[in-house]
Amino acid sequence: MCGIVGLLVKTPALREQLGELMVPMLIGMTERGPDSAGLAVFGNPLAESQRKISVYSGLTEDGADFNWLGLAHSLKEHLGVPVDVSIKGNHAILSFDVAPTIVKRWIAEHHPKLHILSTGRSIDLYKDIGTPAEVAARYGFSGLTGSHLVGHTRMATESAVTPDRAHPFTAGEDFCLVHNGSLSNPNGIRRMLEPRGIRFETDNDTEAACRFLEWRLREGDDLETALQKGFEELDGFFTFLMGTPDKLALIRDPFACKPAVVAETDDYVAIASEFRSLAHLPGIKHATVFEPAPEEMYVWNA
Amino acid sequence: MERLTFDLATTPLRELNTFLHNDAKDGKPRHVTVLNPDGAHNIAVGLDCPVQVEVVGHAGYYAGGMNKSATVTITGSAGTGVAENMMSGKVHVKGFASNGAGASAHGGLLVIDGDAGLRCGISLKGGDIVVGGSVGSFSAFMAQAGRMVICGDAGDALGDSLYEAVLYVKGKVKSLGADAQYEEMSDADIAAVASLLDQAGLDHDPKAFRRIASKRSLYHWNADANQEY
Repeated sequence: MCGIVGLLVKTPALREQLGELMVPMLIGMTERGPDSAGLAVFGNPLAESQRKISVYSGLTEDGADFNWLGLAHSLKEHLGVPVDVSIKGNHAILSFDVAPTIVKRWIAEHHPKLHILSTGRSIDLYKDIGTPAEVAARYGFSGLTGSHLVGHTRMATESAVTPDRAHPFTAGEDFCLVHNGSLSNPNGIRRMLEPRGIRFETDNDTEAACRFLEWRLREGDDLETALQKGFEELDGFFTFLMGTPDKLALIRDPFACKPAVVAETDDYVAIASEFRSLAHLPGIKHATVFEPAPEEMYVWNA
Repeated sequence: MERLTFDLATTPLRELNTFLHNDAKDGKPRHVTVLNPDGAHNIAVGLDCPVQVEVVGHAGYYAGGMNKSATVTITGSAGTGVAENMMSGKVHVKGFASNGAGASAHGGLLVIDGDAGLRCGISLKGGDIVVGGSVGSFSAFMAQAGRMVICGDAGDALGDSLYEAVLYVKGKVKSLGADAQYEEMSDADIAAVASLLDQAGLDHDPKAFRRIASKRSLYHWNADANQEY
């Protein structure tokens, strides 16, 4: 079991309340996923040449006391570019005006225990072990702003309970995926992708789906075509919720083994595994509530 | 009739269910309104007295499950397994129902005004189900007894491995499951559909329905079938 939540606000004024509206959604899915939680939030993109990375220090010796400012200083010294850093305990968001591969290579060399959670111009990502309420409080989820987000509460079945195996998973830039279910052919997908130079960071089945879909997008498929290939190649049980800088997308396996409910008003589109995570939303009593059909694609534009 | 209200925004669900299991069994006619269900699981499960329960809003999993004698109405949608293993009485969902609605119901009537998800009426054992909308794939899988009336369409593998339950469908059927077949509608079938539609409060022409029942070719092992049915 796991819980997924997604929220996309249509009314610009609600962007300021994105996190506040979402926290009860995430906490509402605690029974479905008490061991880890995470979310990816999409906001206004950085300038064309800039990138940001979300980095996790919980696996280093210093943990939440990691010297992020020192890291930013060293990066500036070695790469000759200014690095902005925004710190939330064992998470930090580093922004810079240089190719992200250079920064990531430097971090891998000098701080191999730092874990890069996401890369892009729009995405910030937080995930950790703990109950959804603990994780939400740890990173101040209620203060997050943006146009849309994708969240997850985990009850692990396919790989260990560790921060890097929590969801969302990311691949490439500005793409993330959360998963409720279990895949039966993640190793086959992995064996197909690895010879193409695609590197995996965990043994988690969801990572295979994430990297497969991002690979299709990078090969030029539009989101709908990539999802169609996902239906053809990914075997198992899944409700997937995906985020890109301007879209939220949802698919369910042909057997609809894992649940999902959507509530839509003029102000927002909210998605959760179960209605109890949507019940607190403003105007919910007049929202259009429906259950997404199996093997259909649902894509909402931010 | 005594009328009571439980507001689940302020009252624990256990208090409601405890009342329905104990106090409500004194034989007095009662109507219980449940406010702010907010998708909670197990609302009004295991009732065994003729109480009327109206859930105003969306119910979570297993609402009205194992129902006996009671009448449970849900004004919104119902999650997985609504009226699962119902013995008697009536469960009425005015919105849509998720997967496994009426699974293994032994008796009673489940009415879903909207659509039902996958595996509606799976392993039905004698209950009746009337769906105003469409049903998802694998509905009535291994249904042993009882009747299903589907006013909309059906997904894949309708009535797969059907035993003696009988299905009536008005709309399109994406595919029939193994061992299910269309059969002629007799006068008794038309009367049965008319009666069930009437009990469900749905207005359709009973003659517009098709009957689906078991071919009974899976009842006995056939070594020559080579796993093809």
